[in-house]
Amino acid sequence: MTDTNHGAPEAPVRESAVKTMTMAGAINAGLRAAMERDPKVLLLGEDIGQLGGVFRVTDGLHKDFGGDRVIDTPLAESGIVGTSIGMAMRGYRPVVEIQFDGFIFPAFNQITTQLAKMHYRSHGRIQLPVVIRVPFAGDIGAIEHHSESIEALFAHTAGLRICSPATPQDAFDMIQQSIFAPDPVLFLEPKARYWDKGDVDTDAVRTRLDDAAATADIGRARVARPGTDVTLVAYGPTVRTALQVADVAAGEGTSVEVIDLRSISPLDIPTVVRSAKRTGRVVVVHEAPTAHGVGAEIAARVGEEAFFHLKAPVMRVGGFHMPYPPSKFEHEFLPNLDRVLDAVDRLMAH
Amino acid sequence: MEALGPLSDNGLVRLLDADGTRVADPDWEPYAEHLTPEALRLAWRLMTLTRAFDAEATSLQRQGELGLWVSCLGQEAAQIGSGTAIREPDYVFPSYREHGVALTRSVDLPQMLTLFRGLEHGSWDPAQHSFHLYTLVIGAHTLHATGYAIAMDRDGLVASGNPDKDGAVVCYFGDGATSQGDVNESFVFAAVNNAPIVFFIQNNQFAISEPTTRQSRVTLAQRADGFGIPRVRVDGNDVIAVHAVTQWALRHARAGQGPVLIEAFTYRMAAHTTSDDATRYRTRADEEKWRQRDPIARLETYLDAIGELTQEYRDSVAAEAKALGKRTRETVKSWERPPMLEMFDHIYAEPHAQVEAERAWFDRYQQSFIDEGSHA
Repeated sequence: MTDTNHGAPEAPVRESAVKTMTMAGAINAGLRAAMERDPKVLLLGEDIGQLGGVFRVTDGLHKDFGGDRVIDTPLAESGIVGTSIGMAMRGYRPVVEIQFDGFIFPAFNQITTQLAKMHYRSHGRIQLPVVIRVPFAGDIGAIEHHSESIEALFAHTAGLRICSPATPQDAFDMIQQSIFAPDPVLFLEPKARYWDKGDVDTDAVRTRLDDAAATADIGRARVARPGTDVTLVAYGPTVRTALQVADVAAGEGTSVEVIDLRSISPLDIPTVVRSAKRTGRVVVVHEAPTAHGVGAEIAARVGEEAFFHLKAPVMRVGGFHMPYPPSKFEHEFLPNLDRVLDAVDRLMAH
Repeated sequence: MEALGPLSDNGLVRLLDADGTRVADPDWEPYAEHLTPEALRLAWRLMTLTRAFDAEATSLQRQGELGLWVSCLGQEAAQIGSGTAIREPDYVFPSYREHGVALTRSVDLPQMLTLFRGLEHGSWDPAQHSFHLYTLVIGAHTLHATGYAIAMDRDGLVASGNPDKDGAVVCYFGDGATSQGDVNESFVFAAVNNAPIVFFIQNNQFAISEPTTRQSRVTLAQRADGFGIPRVRVDGNDVIAVHAVTQWALRHARAGQGPVLIEAFTYRMAAHTTSDDATRYRTRADEEKWRQRDPIARLETYLDAIGELTQEYRDSVAAEAKALGKRTRETVKSWERPPMLEMFDHIYAEPHAQVEAERAWFDRYQQSFIDEGSHA
């Protein structure tokens, strides 16, 4: 989806740059490409060195770049983010791995009161191009604190960018664009999709890594599947679910458009509103609890900007207002195929 | 290790007694021997200017010109003694009471008050002064300082073979901050990375109202032991001793020998801020006892005794202090309210759709009043 028509291609052009990769492999390749491009790119986190990370996303990077650039840190999330801020002040581009979503909270203060605000309070004199990678969301049968959807807690904080890839191609492109963007980025990796495979063009992004282009690209949604009756808005792990819903609904005669938001902050509202105006029916699908969530924000914005085009209220399908339940319950807690189809049916019945 | 309470006087490095008598200490003398009478006069002058500025800012707050002021009264020796040991390419991370250190870093003190008048969150260019912005979230900056020090080391600014070109970070925080997780994490990160950083605690004995005994049962310096960080405890009202221990610590860090912790034991002679009322939690007698240990008077007594403080010099510093007060007053009162649209600036380095939409809306909203006015 990345627009490759801007800027001249770098010479020499590789012959065939399309490879099949898992999402985890694509992030790994993206990190490698960023580290090769700029020696100021450092990876920091717990167990990311010789072990290669608990999900093996940094596999092989310690061996190839050394412990000086792939740094196993003390077990202290606030310390990892806080020291990364200091390194970014000297021109480094730290890429932090938080091992699991549920363990980011010791760093919540550093992220929200320090990382997010430094550019503002310094009148733009201090840029902090820190990327915080987080394996996030559920559906892997994990024990507690390993399946959290944390995006709304951070989306409320100005100064951060938040994005989540849904495909290996986006994972490869967006991790690099996040690293070379001048603002801090919370990069949410849908851990249940780490082993999904897809084709990745490893050359396309190379001309889109300057500050402005990288920032613009990671803030833009894409239409993952066009349709005319209902718009499903998803991101990260729920994009695959939405596409499955669209397949099933098509068999029942309903044409579903799927929008992959890609970015949670900023939200690409124009793309959502354009679709909403055409279909008149919108469902937002995310794993996070719907209460006070990203879906609520989208519903409000669609209401403000497309009210007279709507044929039915905007609906949300997501987690319930509860702690993430034990994994034997998670199938019904999550916005699964049936729950989303149910919402589509209810909208079509209006 | 010694079993000292956190407010103990025992074991403090001291080169100038409370009565202004010079004390010989062969261990620390080498780090103070370059302090000529001229250097000491400079320290006295900087302390005096800091105090004058501090008094003026307090007055301006009382007059309603500032929203808040955070006085450093009584901590001038801790700040000027350490600040005068810092030089390029060292880098300083202050907490929010280090106005004296700011002066040694050539920050224009009146300009600093934009923060306290509610005009800006950051009043100076940190890179220009090698002096980071104030951080109000207690202890949060100690991690930034540690990361910055790690990066200085990576960048070859430490143990380069040319000691004059080596640098280190000095990070200031208070007694209350030592209880914060971030401060303890910064000790861990600094220690395992052998980071070139001097952690400088000003133990002014109060975290707003809570005495240091609510933070620790041992001296704050002793906290360093478990992290494997060398430490020293110094009389924070003795500008010579503070300077000496800071020199030692900086040489240690710049030479690639890793982090050091300094505890400067001092006293916050004013309330926590202009919003605080210290009479609710401490006695006049206690304040009076510490007034007897005043850092400026102590150095003044010594300089007088050795005949190095002429009336002419005193007069010139008094005039300079008065002029600083006047300029501070005039500068603060000259500031106008900035254009409201400026609040949308610099939230991000690159445009963010939500911010830009809200900026555009607010602009139209403001314009609508101007348009209405033009029809009247």
